[in-house]
Amino acid sequence: MSPLLFLAVAALTVTAASTVVLHRNPVHSALGLVSTMGLLAVLFLGLDAQLIGVLQVIVYAGAIVVLFLFVIMLLNLQREPRGLDGPLLVGAAAAGGLCLAALIVRGLARGAPPAGAGVQAGFGGVAQVAERLFTAYLLPFELTSLLLLVAVVGAVAIAKRRPS
Amino acid sequence: MTGTTPLSWYLALSALLFAIGTVGVLVRRNLIVIFMAIELLLNAVNLSFVTFARAHGAVDGQVIVFFVITVAAAEAAVGLAIILALFRVRGTTNADEVTTLRW
Repeated sequence: MSPLLFLAVAALTVTAASTVVLHRNPVHSALGLVSTMGLLAVLFLGLDAQLIGVLQVIVYAGAIVVLFLFVIMLLNLQREPRGLDGPLLVGAAAAGGLCLAALIVRGLARGAPPAGAGVQAGFGGVAQVAERLFTAYLLPFELTSLLLLVAVVGAVAIAKRRPS
Repeated sequence: MTGTTPLSWYLALSALLFAIGTVGVLVRRNLIVIFMAIELLLNAVNLSFVTFARAHGAVDGQVIVFFVITVAAAEAAVGLAIILALFRVRGTTNADEVTTLRW
């Protein structure tokens, strides 16, 4: 991915993520989340992670955020009556966030990644990821099926209307 | 500007997204928005994983992201069910009003 394209996508991603956090209407936050997911998928494609990029769109943007939207509409949430409490809190939150970002960047810089050696053809494609997934990560992969089963049963049990 | 983007730029973006998500978790009061901010945190870390996978030329990082997406889906299903149940009982999703453990 060329640096110009990256900067454009990165700026859009930060804008969309800020929308999630700053907007008072939860539906707008959810739409910001969809945009963030889609833009991250573009970044994943730029990092030779085709499978993950497609999964990101299908699972995150397609399933998880739709679940969020369903719940928002089910609860009939309106705009929050109050926004953030005044400029002091907003300033403190922004300053704290920037400090945290600087801290993480500093930490990551200590273990700076290799310059990015060339990758072989097919890197990040279905074949390569699946090969790794079904050999070295077979047990965790099987456990995720158990996790999903428990999550489905748990979600139904919790959300079920109890006869009272 | 031509050529490819340095991988450290991706890490910086990941850090920025993580910070935005953290601020969201801390300053918002609507439980659903807090939940969305948590998804933002997971995604920021996913970006780091994919970046390091690319840097080392190994797909292991991408496999981890696969698992993170699975866990996020399970987490969203259960968490939103809890928020729904909470809303039925208390009629609110404001984190400041849900402070009692029993009533």
